[in-house]
Amino acid sequence: MGKQDGFFTIERKNGEYRPVKERILDFDPVEQMLPAEDVQIQSNRCMDCGVPFCSMYGCPLGNRIPDYSDLVSRGLWKEALDLLESTNNFPEITGRICPAPCEAACTLDVDFGANTCEEIELAIAEMGWKNGWVVPDIAPVKTGKRVAVIGSGPAGLAAAQQLARKGHEVVVFEKADRIGGLLMYGIPNFKLEKGVIERRLEQMRAEGVTFETEVEVGRDLSAHYILSKFDAVAITSGTPLARDLTIPGRELKGIHLALEYLTQQTRIVLGDTVSEDEYIDARGKHVVVIGGGDTGSDCVGTSIRRGAASVTQIELLPKPPENRIDTNPWPEWPATLRTSSSHEEGAERLWSIGSKEFLGEGGQVKQLACVRLEWEGRQFREKPGSEFLLDADLVLLSMGFVPFKESPLVKEFGLSLDDRGSISVNSSYQTSVDKIFAAGDATTGASLVVRAIDHGRRCAEGIDEFLKN
Amino acid sequence: MQETISGQHIERLRAQTMQSGGYGLYRTRFEHDNCGVGFIAHMDGNVRHSIVSDGLKVLRNLQHRGAVGGDQKTGDGAGIMTQIPHSFFNTTASGLKLPAPGSYAVGMVFFPHDADHEAYKKSIELSTENRGFTFIGWREVPVDPSGLGELALSTEPGIFQFFITHESLRGEALQRKLYVLRRLIEKNVEEVLGEKDQFYICSLSSSVIVYKGMLTGDQVETYYPDLRDSRYESAFAIIHSRFSTNTLPQWRLAQPFRYLAHNGEINTLKGNINRQKAREGYMTSKVLGDDVRHVVPVIDESGSDSAIFDNVLELFTMAGRSIPHVMMMMIPEAYSPEIQMSADKRAFYEYHSPIMEPWDGPAAVVFTDGRFIGATLDRNGLRPARYTVMKDGLIVLASETGVVDLPASEVRMKGRLHPGKMFLVDLEQHRIIPDNVIKSRLSRQNPYRRWVKNTRLELRGLFAPAGVHKMEAQELLEKQILFGYTDEDMQTIIRPMANKGQEAIGSMGNDTGLAVLSDTSEMLFSYFKQQFAQVTNPPIDPLREQLMMSLESFIENETNPLDEDQSQYRSFKLPHPVLTSRDLAKIRDNPHPELVYQDLDITYIPDKTGKAMEKALDGMCAEAERLTSEGVSLMILTDKKAGPGRAPIPSLLAVSALHQYMLKKHLRGRIGIIVEAGDVREVFHYALHLAFGCDAICPYVAFATVRALAEKGSLDDPSVEIASDNYVKAIKKGLLKTFSRMGISTLHSFFNTQIFEAVGLADDVVDRYFTGTISRIGGAGIPELSWDVEQRLAQAYPADGRKAKLREVGGSYRYRPGSEPHYWSPDAIRLLQSATRQKSYEIFKQFTAIMDTSYRTNGEIRGLLDFKAAEPIPIEEVEPVEAITRRFVSAAMSIGSIGKEAHETVAIAMNRLGAKSNSGEGGEDPVRIKPLENGDSMRSRIKQVASGRFGVTTEYIMSADELQIKMAQGAKPGEGGQLPGKKVSEYIAKIRHTTPGVTLISPPPHHDIYSIEDLAQLIHDLRSVNPQAEVSVKLVSEPGVGTIASGVCKAKADRVIISGQNGGTGASPLTAIRHAGLPWELGLAETQQALILNKLRSQIIVQTDGHLKTGRDLAIATLLGAEEYGFGTSLLITLGCIMMRKCHLNTCPFGVATQDPELRKLFRGKAEFIIEFLRFVAQEFREYMARLGFRTVEEMVGRVDMLRYVPNGQKKKAAGLHLDAILASDHLNAGVPLHFEKTGDRPGLSRFDKAIDKELKKFWGTAEKTTISLEVNNRDRTIGAALSGKIVSVYGADGLPDDTLTFNLTGAVGQSFGAFLARGVTLRLKGEANDYLGKGLSGGTIIVVPPEDSKIPPEKNIITGNVMMYGATSGKAFINGMAGERFCVRNSGGTAVVEGVGDHGCEYMTGGTVVILGETGKNFAAGMSGGIAYIYDPAEQFDSRCNLDMVELEGVWDMKDQNVLKDLIKEHYDLTGSEVALDILENWEVQYPQFVKVVPVEYRKVLERISLNENRDDETMSVTEEVFNG
Repeated sequence: MGKQDGFFTIERKNGEYRPVKERILDFDPVEQMLPAEDVQIQSNRCMDCGVPFCSMYGCPLGNRIPDYSDLVSRGLWKEALDLLESTNNFPEITGRICPAPCEAACTLDVDFGANTCEEIELAIAEMGWKNGWVVPDIAPVKTGKRVAVIGSGPAGLAAAQQLARKGHEVVVFEKADRIGGLLMYGIPNFKLEKGVIERRLEQMRAEGVTFETEVEVGRDLSAHYILSKFDAVAITSGTPLARDLTIPGRELKGIHLALEYLTQQTRIVLGDTVSEDEYIDARGKHVVVIGGGDTGSDCVGTSIRRGAASVTQIELLPKPPENRIDTNPWPEWPATLRTSSSHEEGAERLWSIGSKEFLGEGGQVKQLACVRLEWEGRQFREKPGSEFLLDADLVLLSMGFVPFKESPLVKEFGLSLDDRGSISVNSSYQTSVDKIFAAGDATTGASLVVRAIDHGRRCAEGIDEFLKN
Repeated sequence: MQETISGQHIERLRAQTMQSGGYGLYRTRFEHDNCGVGFIAHMDGNVRHSIVSDGLKVLRNLQHRGAVGGDQKTGDGAGIMTQIPHSFFNTTASGLKLPAPGSYAVGMVFFPHDADHEAYKKSIELSTENRGFTFIGWREVPVDPSGLGELALSTEPGIFQFFITHESLRGEALQRKLYVLRRLIEKNVEEVLGEKDQFYICSLSSSVIVYKGMLTGDQVETYYPDLRDSRYESAFAIIHSRFSTNTLPQWRLAQPFRYLAHNGEINTLKGNINRQKAREGYMTSKVLGDDVRHVVPVIDESGSDSAIFDNVLELFTMAGRSIPHVMMMMIPEAYSPEIQMSADKRAFYEYHSPIMEPWDGPAAVVFTDGRFIGATLDRNGLRPARYTVMKDGLIVLASETGVVDLPASEVRMKGRLHPGKMFLVDLEQHRIIPDNVIKSRLSRQNPYRRWVKNTRLELRGLFAPAGVHKMEAQELLEKQILFGYTDEDMQTIIRPMANKGQEAIGSMGNDTGLAVLSDTSEMLFSYFKQQFAQVTNPPIDPLREQLMMSLESFIENETNPLDEDQSQYRSFKLPHPVLTSRDLAKIRDNPHPELVYQDLDITYIPDKTGKAMEKALDGMCAEAERLTSEGVSLMILTDKKAGPGRAPIPSLLAVSALHQYMLKKHLRGRIGIIVEAGDVREVFHYALHLAFGCDAICPYVAFATVRALAEKGSLDDPSVEIASDNYVKAIKKGLLKTFSRMGISTLHSFFNTQIFEAVGLADDVVDRYFTGTISRIGGAGIPELSWDVEQRLAQAYPADGRKAKLREVGGSYRYRPGSEPHYWSPDAIRLLQSATRQKSYEIFKQFTAIMDTSYRTNGEIRGLLDFKAAEPIPIEEVEPVEAITRRFVSAAMSIGSIGKEAHETVAIAMNRLGAKSNSGEGGEDPVRIKPLENGDSMRSRIKQVASGRFGVTTEYIMSADELQIKMAQGAKPGEGGQLPGKKVSEYIAKIRHTTPGVTLISPPPHHDIYSIEDLAQLIHDLRSVNPQAEVSVKLVSEPGVGTIASGVCKAKADRVIISGQNGGTGASPLTAIRHAGLPWELGLAETQQALILNKLRSQIIVQTDGHLKTGRDLAIATLLGAEEYGFGTSLLITLGCIMMRKCHLNTCPFGVATQDPELRKLFRGKAEFIIEFLRFVAQEFREYMARLGFRTVEEMVGRVDMLRYVPNGQKKKAAGLHLDAILASDHLNAGVPLHFEKTGDRPGLSRFDKAIDKELKKFWGTAEKTTISLEVNNRDRTIGAALSGKIVSVYGADGLPDDTLTFNLTGAVGQSFGAFLARGVTLRLKGEANDYLGKGLSGGTIIVVPPEDSKIPPEKNIITGNVMMYGATSGKAFINGMAGERFCVRNSGGTAVVEGVGDHGCEYMTGGTVVILGETGKNFAAGMSGGIAYIYDPAEQFDSRCNLDMVELEGVWDMKDQNVLKDLIKEHYDLTGSEVALDILENWEVQYPQFVKVVPVEYRKVLERISLNENRDDETMSVTEEVFNG
């Protein structure tokens, strides 16, 4: 804590977005980093609270925000990096895309504007990369144990890195053609440059992690094979099954799951070629995004960049309040209206909308029949006579994910599931089957990247303990 | 339990307790006593009965300084020592034929109650004859037990005198043999008859005899008819009347002892005993010769501190030194370099310092060897002693003046004993020997100065070898991890010390568990809690009274202490006990043959069982013993070899183990112990080392850490040298603070005191390695302690071979993920706030579920307690919530520590609940007395009286339902406080009666409470002002708090509060937050046990606080003995506090604990939140009551039998823990009440108030000018207070016009004369006054002049006592004579003119005007932040006596000043007729330049700014804002 009254005398400041006009012309990152000097000044705002809600209530990883803020305020970037790396394997990623529950839980968020925890985190991480401080942490002793990690999202990568550093031989299996899971294909490049991931994978390879892409365990490789070749398995396969919208007209062309679209777009950005009949083109189209979450917003930004004529995002739920309401007090996560950079780029957002039917011409979707909803508590009903039509040449469905009950993986390994259909694990992240552990969205349902990293780390601890005995 | 068993049981339990030395948590050794003491002597040395009868009269007149126990008759002990009354014994009285006086001796003995006296007699006769004495005969001492109390009677001894003679020996030689004889008799009785405690020889002397017993002051003469016999004659009498904190006194512990009578308390006793034991290993005596072996062990450890002092005084006197010489050794005056003193005297003290350590603590000691009779005072002057010398040679010295009537015209002089000074009467030479004469004579009796010069060895004289190993970054990091350094230690502990040279400050108390219940690896240091001074001995202010303190230490190579020559002073002197690596290298490299060192490795190869560590400890001790026999004199314990595969023994364990081992082998005095330890870094660690026997410490990892911080640029100043110096400076300051917290002044006397309680160490570990340390709940053994160490070893050197990278996070002071858990977790805070805002009992239950679980998992004693199964009752049958919330109070939080809004909200909430809020220290806005329009009231029903006495006016006292005397506070017991000037806003200043912008200092002690009888006096004062208010005393849990609580009860308080260590807002040094004080569970249980054993429980209400939050907390507190409950932190949390711990920085972002007007706007708390919370707590408490079958709180109090210990099997370290002492329940069957029962038995009007009552009947209607004349004596205490209370309640805070009521009084008046005197009253006294004159003066006028026929010059003679005008807010005092120590201490608005003052004048003064027309003592104006003093200083020496830290001196050149001064002197002359004043006035032009004006720097600036602003025409900004912001 550099300055005792910093919170009072220094105004909160974040890195700015590039101007809308400029940024919608490319897929480069929207957000610009604040110069290090400014971050250092900002770090003085942290009050070093006696009870740091940021790290202990907000951050699933328990990032030591007051401590790293203090170090940054004194210009001790290297020490700050050491501290940050002790709790977070990928600060350069969370520093970019985390919704920052830490900031929502920051004491200053009540009256003064939260400490810029996330911006500081990113600055520390990038300072580390820039100065070559991020180096492979190669285990001095190899244990000779082999661990398979299935799925290369944030949980899998964190588990793999932790395990490799413990001296285990780690192989990561990924069914897609690139490593990273949702980090790679779920988040557009303008929010998370893919080079950031590659840079980290390079380090992990040096630490001894082997990556196997385009291998789907349970299909390409049998469970038996895996179990016979590895001493332990971490299933970090996420929740790949997106929720679909089963209303009339769903079979029409031009209706896609959000991830289909986002994946394709990222591949193009990364230089892959996509055949014309596969290509989902937003140019000149009226795009309707169904679902008001982050993925929906990513679809908004992407289709704007691809020259959509209009973009409308609709949401079932009512419009959240601008500010916290009494029953949702600090430090709880604020259920308030969020406006992403993509929204600023020119989308119309509608709330309390029910989707009734897709209307098409010649097998191609043209319109979406909607109805306005009235909410009472958690119940809604359709408002009589409020039906209307939306122009919709391209519809993107981003309504979250469903548990993967029927996953071949689960079946193959014979894992027990919990009530919600996720893989059930104990406090050491062990599944019902010997040697098999699981972590991340696969065990919790869709959640935050930070939480997945946290799970991956703990799962690695569980596996390490298991392998010791 | 329900049936009442006969009172016999309690007596049996009491007897058992006395015999075994304890019950439950209670230990008889915890008892404290304070007393009235004095002597009367005639210089002519002629014997007369009048001396004896006057002595008895003094005893009667000091009655109020003694106390009575539960039965109201048994005194705590009183007695008298006289010369042997030869003419009395040589007549019919003894029936014996006695030889000439001086050739025989009388032994006065107590035989055990009901014992076979003949066996004892035979044993004595045998011993006597074996030693070549002739036995003359026995005399059964006649006694009249009719007035005695039950307890005194039940233990009444058989009292006999025996007479013996020796054919050849006389004088000193005879006394010496008598000493040896007495020891032999004692040993023989113990050996043959197996009796030790009940057999006792009061005196065995050829010159003096002691009559004493478990008596009150006035019972002495009735019990012993001998003393009333007119043939009983003596040339002197020493008297003593005791006030003990408990009611388990013993006949033998009454005073005087054989050589002295002591009013005081020895804080360093354990160290003194250890040192004496060490000395016994190598002492010889030319004069005692072979007899030395008969007298050892010299100390009877079952005696009180005073008795033990007497034992050692006797040894050194009998071995050939004169008694004043030994007194100078044992109670040396301060001789720090700042104090002016002759080189000879300084050398005397220095020579003796390795031989004898100070017996430190408040003390007034009267002593005699039959020829000399004298008195001496401790260096701090913390006990009063006044004397009068008559023209005919009669001398009276006593704790108070006026104890016998002496004609004023015959007085030659009146004086007081100055701090550290001695007063001696030589009965052979018939003269008084003044302090300087005695001491200069003694200082020159041997060439001490030459001896010291020749043999002194000093660190700075040694040469430094080249190059000291510097640790590389990685090595340092590993060492830091190995020795348990956390990031927090770096940030919070080390960095502030290296930066600023002082210990860091924190706030909001401690909310983590005990070390023994922690799952993480803990430092051994954390298993100890520091003790501190409260009530019976005052803590000291190490900053403002620094010249009394010293860190000098000696590494001794002791030689025979009993004879004097050059060889005795052979010690190695260190300026302080912190050694740098370079210092240590110097020592290792030294060429001196008497300083032979050997390194002892204190590392071992871990084996995960603790056996290896134990073996290493044993090996080290044996090795040291061997080395000692080879002549090695310095053992350097070092853990530098610790590293991969080698674990360090905790350095404290190694040091204490060696120390205790060598003590037991009588070898400790032969060696010095230095430790070179990686784990030592905080002040607390050093303090522990020193208290457990370490001579000096080299914290090499701490120094390397400081160096690394400096080199890395993490410090304000990058210089390594400065940073290291700062670090050492911080340790030094912190150590002084630590000592002073316990009332100890010097390292020399702190050394070896073991003044810490082990909390959570296994009994065998304590017995073996920390022998004699208080430890009451068992805990971790060696295997667990080695686990702690080996755990860290594994972290420092990971098994996989990777280099360690990070330290642990820490998280003790602030919560951190992965750190040790705190109770106030984010979830706990969130849930409590939600529950109170949403009025949801359901959420509240979630909150208490988290809390109650965390007590168990985090490690709090109550988490290990559970309820036994009981027959439940329906909850409807339990008394309602409203009945319970009435038992609630809010903890004292001052309006300086929390904001106005928060303070008022708490008050409103508590009042709505019918509970009580507490003003805290710092006054309260009188506006709040009046209820608000909506019926709410912001008046705090409890008004606190703390050491600063801020805003304690008559009105404030009158506005209270309860007056709370704060003796200590949980977060920082034993310390004062400071409110920085920038926080003293106009509002704060107004209610505190001070000046905005001027820093306010609360002294560590109450300057009117240096002892338990002083507390009784303050209680009496407060009660006098407001008889309706209850008086409570707040204590902090520590070992012995139960005995103090008993003393508080005997001092007639209505309520005692036992605070847990955890609580507390405001700023405190981190050491105090974490390491001082105990959980309330221990203190409360001990208090309950002690009160019951002392048959006092039904007379006092017991309240507890310290993180009470849940119904379960209340249930457990109740079963342990509490019937009222205080809430502090939890209330603030409901108001929005989230434990930021920023209170001390004024940056609370929720506007709770800040004075910043902008931040205060953010306060969102509401009274409703508090009310919801407290009603929820009460409701949940009721659920527990129903479950346990209790309908009312009353029937539940103290039912400890309903609790059981449930060990937490998951705690790796807690296996050895036992809570038997807490759960002791024998007293439940004792047939005495377990809870408060007393009903409205208020003390009636005092003699004085009765006397004036009639005459004032008419006055109350008319308020006409009235004058009353009366005679007074020293039993008339607190005159004017009751009247003032009534005036304020009738006429309001401003009282009446000046001089409406005038009292002309004559005589020597008792203490607290004119206390809280309201405006309109003038007290004019002809005579003299005792201590505390004008305490809390609130507008009245006090005039004191000598009696009319007095012939002595007033300006040279003492007329009023110590601590005058303490906390005065307005009013005037004119004293035609000298005042004692601490004149106008903490005065904030009173005006005083006096003709001379003692030491520490105007200490902590914040306002008011003082004129001193004569001498001033040392350390004037220490901590003086406001007000002005004018000193008449014709000798121009004042600047040498003034403490210039905060004040400036200037001349009185300004006309305005001149006028103020002249007017005051004129007024003084008009009112007193002072000749000094007249002389000054008559020669004004010559005299005024001889005045010095003392003005605090900060105060002057504030005044200048205010006057500047007043002179501006268009000033828009208010004056105070300017002050506040500027």
